[in-house]
Amino acid sequence: MAKAYEVIDHRYDVVVVGAGGAGLRATLGLAEKGLKTACVTKVFPTRSHTVAAQGGIAASLGNMGEDHWAWHMYDTVKGGDYLSDQDAVEYMCREAPQAVIELEHWGVPFSRTEAGRIYQRPFGGMTTNFGEGTAQRTCAAADRTGHAMLHALYQQSLKHNAEFFIEYFALDLIMDDDGACRGVMAWDLTTGTLHRFQAHMVILATGGYGRAYFSCTSAHTCTGDGNAMALRAGIPLQDMEFVQFHPTGIYGAGCLITEGARGEGGYLTNSDGDRFMERYAPNAKDLASRDVVSRAETMEIREGRGVGEHKDHIFLHLEHLGPEVLHERLPGISETARIFAGVDVTREPIPVLPTVHYNMGGIPTNFQGEVVTLKDGDPDSVVPGLMAVGEAACVSVHGGNRLGSNSLLDLVIFGRSAAYRCAEIMKPNTPHGKLSDSSKEKILDRFDKVRHANGQNPTAEIRASMQKVMQEDVAVFRTAETLEEGRKRLRRVFESFENVHVSDRSLIWNSDLAETFELDNLLANATVTVSSAINREESRGAHAREDFPDRDDENWMKHTLSWMDEGGRVTLDYRPVHSYTMSDEIEPFPPKKRVY
Amino acid sequence: MAQFTLPKNSKIGKGKHHAAPEGAKNVKRFKVYRYDPDSGERPRTDTYDVDLDKCGPMVLDALLKIKNEMDATLTLRRSCREGVCGSCAMNIDGGNGLACTTAIEDCKGEVKVYPLPHMPVIKDLVPDLDRFYAQYASIEPWIKTQTPPPADREQLQSPEDREKLNGLYECILCACCSTACPSYWWNPDRYLGPAALLQAYRWIADTRDEATGERLDSLEDPFKLYRCHTIMNCANVCPKSLNPAKAIGEIKRALSDRRI
Repeated sequence: MAKAYEVIDHRYDVVVVGAGGAGLRATLGLAEKGLKTACVTKVFPTRSHTVAAQGGIAASLGNMGEDHWAWHMYDTVKGGDYLSDQDAVEYMCREAPQAVIELEHWGVPFSRTEAGRIYQRPFGGMTTNFGEGTAQRTCAAADRTGHAMLHALYQQSLKHNAEFFIEYFALDLIMDDDGACRGVMAWDLTTGTLHRFQAHMVILATGGYGRAYFSCTSAHTCTGDGNAMALRAGIPLQDMEFVQFHPTGIYGAGCLITEGARGEGGYLTNSDGDRFMERYAPNAKDLASRDVVSRAETMEIREGRGVGEHKDHIFLHLEHLGPEVLHERLPGISETARIFAGVDVTREPIPVLPTVHYNMGGIPTNFQGEVVTLKDGDPDSVVPGLMAVGEAACVSVHGGNRLGSNSLLDLVIFGRSAAYRCAEIMKPNTPHGKLSDSSKEKILDRFDKVRHANGQNPTAEIRASMQKVMQEDVAVFRTAETLEEGRKRLRRVFESFENVHVSDRSLIWNSDLAETFELDNLLANATVTVSSAINREESRGAHAREDFPDRDDENWMKHTLSWMDEGGRVTLDYRPVHSYTMSDEIEPFPPKKRVY
Repeated sequence: MAQFTLPKNSKIGKGKHHAAPEGAKNVKRFKVYRYDPDSGERPRTDTYDVDLDKCGPMVLDALLKIKNEMDATLTLRRSCREGVCGSCAMNIDGGNGLACTTAIEDCKGEVKVYPLPHMPVIKDLVPDLDRFYAQYASIEPWIKTQTPPPADREQLQSPEDREKLNGLYECILCACCSTACPSYWWNPDRYLGPAALLQAYRWIADTRDEATGERLDSLEDPFKLYRCHTIMNCANVCPKSLNPAKAIGEIKRALSDRRI
């Protein structure tokens, strides 16, 4: 069967999969270093979900008050509930100012202070002096920072003549018998042809898997493709139980309202008109970290103090900020609130709800982007030929809960470090070995099987079932009971994929088929998420177990690793947290009680 | 008398009808352009009767409901669903716009959904935008400076100078404007079109950029720039409320100013 497909071969030094912030930063770094690079992406680069990031990118520039990278590091470690690898956090926070300056030099239209410096706003969990004051650390281009960055990165890629394969859907990694990655197979939607990219290094920059849930801020394209490709290649994912709920997704539509809205002075109220965050986080209030605010909102709603007809959401107030601030600092979300909630933010509050937003978990890597796994007792064993960056990766800088504006930072820092590492370990145009045909055949067989799938269950139906399970049973608060129920229900959904039905048999722009591959990917992500969540019997960061309400450092100060076989059976193990720093200029932050 | 024949596949045939489920009370009819490159058959418009009581408020919601529940072969681009990625640009109810931010209730009567006008169609609502992207790249949309940037800090820019980029940098490259422009329809290979020109002006307007002269030189061309006849369709359709025609006017003004 597989022989019926003609496969077009390509050879590159490096192939990047994904053209969001991380993929583009890696691509252009590689192009700068003279490595022969291809960037394979299922959407045109400026359509990637980085474009939707709003609030900003954190860096201790100190443009609006005293700041220090060590304070940023402390906040990130504390925000991650001490599950972050502190060497990587140190690297990220130290490099942040230079990375943001680099973006400015590339033309990102940052908002400005009166002195002409980059404007910086307060953000959740960002403090000065190790938790004492409020930091203004988040560098912003109004509330369109992701858009501004993504376009600038694409523009720089054009400048460097980077080579793109646009609207190519990546199918699977090509692995050799020794467990090394040798390339990636992709399907060109425009021509319907199949392509084999051989590379000395594949960099997965495929983003998160928000679409495993019914309500998320994520784009339709956030389907965890790279994560699932890694699982199918026998590589574990890390800390998949940590799913961030953003406190301010628009009720109903799920569209994001930036945390910068609260950074600029917005606040939340319940049905009593009470600013309830004062009770949950007496110091940081509405600018506590996201897991804290999302739990507080959920508690208010549970206790009958939600707003609206069904008392099932919360109000976000911006009307006191005045039209000028709204126009200058928050024009994008003013428009979004008008279109999707019918709200004039200068007069009325926005109805909001905790909404799935970000995956702290992903493909385990070190700070240079190299994928690592647990092998023969070595928890930092590098998988040759494979890197991961951005939301797809778990470096882990975000630990159990990412701070707002650390994501855009993560993209550029680790996109860049991956490119540097490639330049360090390979010479441009190094000759390629021969690829075995068996790896290709396996991928083609899967492609053909799904393409001709003729079961009873349409893709959209299975997807809706999966999203319902995840939404109901793997939510803000979890118990062994709900998670076990979720596991069982998801298992049935997983099995129903055996009888999936694809209606479109064509090869050119067969979006029915592409969505079916995406569904398969989402199911893999969802499956390891549930299993990891059942297993972790403590509450840490975004993982809130009502049956285990406390953090348990003695037993659970470790990263979860989850493998999944073809039948959807999950195996778990652990990696130690790097509770050491990179340099001797700073001591690691020992875990302490996390209060805001 | 001369005989004219229309190019292949330019006549649209009658398509299939997909009825709403029984009992649906609030039904809206969508007529959607379909073209299947594999079959080679001429395009058609399929009719879908959608139960609005079980549908989100936007045209994209209706199209995805059709794809999910009525006809999985319907093909369109979509991603962010909140008006920032520019994927779902199409011709809705006679005007270009984003399906994700166009409310169904704003469309009177039957909702006609077509791909962006005057572009080659790959399949259904998916147009080929390669030339559009190439035109964008041709204006060299990246910052150009002679002066080396300061080593350890940002280039300074006053809030007033930064303000000049508002209304320009927000472009999402959705192609609604260019594909609504009759001048672009007439000379798509030689006129750069409103989107690319808006971006060209975005860099001219940026006080950090030092290549204004070079940029103006490359635009001073009867076709690239001067095919804009201020028809203003671009500004009318822009889903981000930008005004490309104004930006084009500013480029023309800068060119005439430097002649004096």
